[in-house]
Amino acid sequence: MDYLDQLEDEAIYIMREVAAQFDKPVLLFSGGKDSITLVHLAIKAFYPAKVPFPLMHVDTGHNFPETIQFRDELVSKYGLNLHIEYVQDAIDANLVQEESGKYASRNALQTVSLLNGIEKHGFNACIGGARRDEEKARAKERIFSVRDDFGQWNAKNQRPELFDLLNGRINQGENVRAFPISNWTELDVWNYIKREEIALPSVYFAHNRKVFLRDGLIWSDSAFINKSDDEEVIEKIVRFRTVGDMTCTAAVESYASDIDAVIGEIIAAEISERGARIDDKRSEAAMEKRKEVGYF
Amino acid sequence: MNIIKISTAGSVDDGKSTLIGRLLFDTNSLSKDKIENIESISRQRGLEETDLSLITDGLTAEREQGITIDVAHIYFNTLKRKYIIADTPGHVEYTRNMITGASNSQVFLILIDARKGIIEQTKRHLFIASLIDIKNIVFVINKMDLVGFDEQVYLNILKDIEQLVDKFELSDKKLIHIPVSAKLGDNVVKKSNNIKWYSGPGLLEYLESLEVGPSLNNNLRFNVQYVIRPHSDEFHDYRGYSGKITSGSIKLGDEIKVLSSGQKSKVKTINKHKDNFLSAVAGQSVTIELEDEIDISRGDILVKVEDGVQGERSINSTICWLDKEALIPQKKYLLQYGSSIIPVKVSEVKSQLDFETLKFETNPDIVNVNSINEVNLKSASPIFLDRYKDNNSNGYFILVDEGSNNTVAVGFKS
Repeated sequence: MDYLDQLEDEAIYIMREVAAQFDKPVLLFSGGKDSITLVHLAIKAFYPAKVPFPLMHVDTGHNFPETIQFRDELVSKYGLNLHIEYVQDAIDANLVQEESGKYASRNALQTVSLLNGIEKHGFNACIGGARRDEEKARAKERIFSVRDDFGQWNAKNQRPELFDLLNGRINQGENVRAFPISNWTELDVWNYIKREEIALPSVYFAHNRKVFLRDGLIWSDSAFINKSDDEEVIEKIVRFRTVGDMTCTAAVESYASDIDAVIGEIIAAEISERGARIDDKRSEAAMEKRKEVGYF
Repeated sequence: MNIIKISTAGSVDDGKSTLIGRLLFDTNSLSKDKIENIESISRQRGLEETDLSLITDGLTAEREQGITIDVAHIYFNTLKRKYIIADTPGHVEYTRNMITGASNSQVFLILIDARKGIIEQTKRHLFIASLIDIKNIVFVINKMDLVGFDEQVYLNILKDIEQLVDKFELSDKKLIHIPVSAKLGDNVVKKSNNIKWYSGPGLLEYLESLEVGPSLNNNLRFNVQYVIRPHSDEFHDYRGYSGKITSGSIKLGDEIKVLSSGQKSKVKTINKHKDNFLSAVAGQSVTIELEDEIDISRGDILVKVEDGVQGERSINSTICWLDKEALIPQKKYLLQYGSSIIPVKVSEVKSQLDFETLKFETNPDIVNVNSINEVNLKSASPIFLDRYKDNNSNGYFILVDEGSNNTVAVGFKS
């Protein structure tokens, strides 16, 4: 069996366990390639029936417009059910405070909106597109990862996961984060996207963009980012390897305008995918700290 | 390209994380930013060389203490295959995490510090390898640089390993011993110039040559995970049974029997999404339609008519206790296997493994975390498990505590 089939079969198995073990699952959708792959896998897992759970997008309000357009088209094409949680609502309700200064980002604020959305709808399982190869704290994650009623992850006390048996039993208020593509790498995802001809937002491919340089990274010019006067906006041919909030996702210079070129570029890349994530650079354990308080 | 899953075992400071770091480093699997990250931390700590173990020890507490607490999954590719390595902790108190890693792997790397030779933990690891029935075991004799690459040291350890191996049921296993220095890179990815007396393969060379894949000799076991009923205009009467083929194979027209109801039918279609298959084998996630409309739900098992498994209400098994709370006799636990969850009681704890003698000969007062025990389980409804040694894919289960919801034990039917 080819490795992509193996990875697909494992992911479908996990999707079906979530749908069978939980009465209120949801698929966390960011508009990035990993969650788009999850949607594709969910469609495959339950065909010819519809995907038996909704999608939830935590909208920071600082997204790439291309991503939002893509999201809405995807949802309508497959008849999916989408919930949107707006970070702006949490700011307006004084639940979180907008960051200020040069590096202000709404990325960390997402956690509150995510947990609110989970609580409001009573979701007890959240399917996410996290991969263990992304980041060292993610490498420690179980496939079924239990979070307490504050959404907290306790890395030191994770349930052992034996063979393919996934124990999804939880108490009221707790939830499980389920990660069907845990064992995939960035390159696996791209190879799969190619094989399955999965459509992606245009920001993943080379395009001309207004950008500026900061700390050796290429930032997309946007009204959401506080630029100083000496930060000059220029035009460059770029693409994005990972798509999050505009304030925390840096572009890479690239002429890769189709999937084959992107795959070639990743194979040759010297920098990891998260190397262009500004949110990971805040501290040595930035991801672990975010996960501990409920980030997905 | 296929996938090979590996797990590591060894005591604290035997160099597991360093070995994995070395594998990644020498196969050019590490990106520049990750190398810069560990170089900078190593410098901050005043180390003379880059500490490769920092690659896998990702939790703050692990980096602080320089030990591995929980399983980290590490990935790299060669042209031949995709490698998934579970880097597991060496401390005795994290045995449960080690079993987690080992249960999902086809190859078990047991690290031995060349200066120390076989220790108590090595026995524990080997016992777990034999319990889980891992087919490929690699003894990695590490830190050869610290014993001057001395062949005699290596030979002495081999002799001890042979004596130890004799005590286990490992006859059908592939065993190999490789002298390495993970820190310097000898015999990991690159052949060693310092160990000229060793003519066998290096670690990566050996892993590249291994044949792995599901055993197709076993009988069909198909656990129904999810029943698909679209109720749409196009698929109004569609009734599909989704699941992963646990073992064996299935093809169109096969006569099947449903456990536990005993109803029979024939396989009408096998599909995954819009792909229709003539047959499918162990590991594949598919949806099956049957010729007759019979009542089947999650937890049922499809088997071939001629080779079913007997359901039993009393099963003997070996369990490894994983929970900090000790086993409570007479308490009801949930036994989970395949897609089934069945309440059981541990009716009898027959014996506990003595890690000194490696025999089940003690009569335990208490079943504590990390202990391995022979027990009898009683259930209210039949359990359709094979003996683990007969069918590795349908012979294991977990026990779940209904109060804490924790996975408290892993078991193997004997």
